[in-house]
Amino acid sequence: MPLTPTTTPPFLAVLVRGLFAGLIAGLLAGGFAYVAGEPHVEAAIAIEEAATHAEPATGAHDHGDALVSRTGQRGGLFLATGLFGAAMGGLLATAYVLLSRRRRAEDDGRSGLLLAGAALLGVVIVPFLKYPANPPAVGDPATINQRTVTYLLMVVLGLVAVWAGSLGYRSVGAQAPPWLRAAAAVGGFLLVTAVAYVVMPSFEEVPSTFPATLLWNFRLASLGTQVVLWTGIGLLFAALMHHERRRRAATALPGT
Amino acid sequence: MSSSASSQPVVHPAGSTRLLWTALATVVVLALLTYLVAFDQGAVSRSGTYLHELMHDGRHLLGVPCH
Repeated sequence: MPLTPTTTPPFLAVLVRGLFAGLIAGLLAGGFAYVAGEPHVEAAIAIEEAATHAEPATGAHDHGDALVSRTGQRGGLFLATGLFGAAMGGLLATAYVLLSRRRRAEDDGRSGLLLAGAALLGVVIVPFLKYPANPPAVGDPATINQRTVTYLLMVVLGLVAVWAGSLGYRSVGAQAPPWLRAAAAVGGFLLVTAVAYVVMPSFEEVPSTFPATLLWNFRLASLGTQVVLWTGIGLLFAALMHHERRRRAATALPGT
Repeated sequence: MSSSASSQPVVHPAGSTRLLWTALATVVVLALLTYLVAFDQGAVSRSGTYLHELMHDGRHLLGVPCH
């Protein structure tokens, strides 16, 4: 069966570009986290250590004579963000290919940007506003499993909310004015998000003695890390896809 | 294959079923990688808690519940 000449790259080519974009964006996010976040992690660990030494019975999480030194953990930050970024980039590329089968026209990487924005909203911002990131010394170790499960559920619900938004956008016909389509999108997104926020349990586990400014600064740095990650993935992936398509279009033309 | 003359959806060159299986396998592998970074306590990586401790700061700053 003759394939119609197309500039759409095969899945593997898209996946490799997603993984690469994710790895680079992850390392960039690691750099941001190192500069903007590490001082707050250090300060929080100092508070945690002080609390542990005052009350030796609760050795929940050792930092002092641990398996990995603090220097090792600071370096491990880049390993974590790099691997996490690569995984997210690969998932974005997979979603890009699966969704592109329904797309009407050949795409120039713009939908890669759109997907990264949707992921930032659904996977990061929606869960973050319900379950914000916590520094060391915040959070009850007894509820870690509960908090992990509810966090993951919130990520899923965030994606459902974004999907509801796009459903709302498309449910209003293309001939409708843009503001109406945008309103339907916002409505669908907010409906799911609001229900999720009300239904999901809350955890109030910040010790009353923990400095509020430190908590705020840490959370801001954590959110910034994810924003750098997803902005980087979106821009790099879109750029790589743009170039790949141009290359394929250039090599396909002389033959046809 | 759905087709309307003017605006035909782009059908991926790789066969549809094969593509879906490849995509599914990719998602599983990448989900495992995400798990290793964000949630593993040594049960899957068999490294004790070494990897867990090594990526401790990353988990906190990526906003994943840690401890």
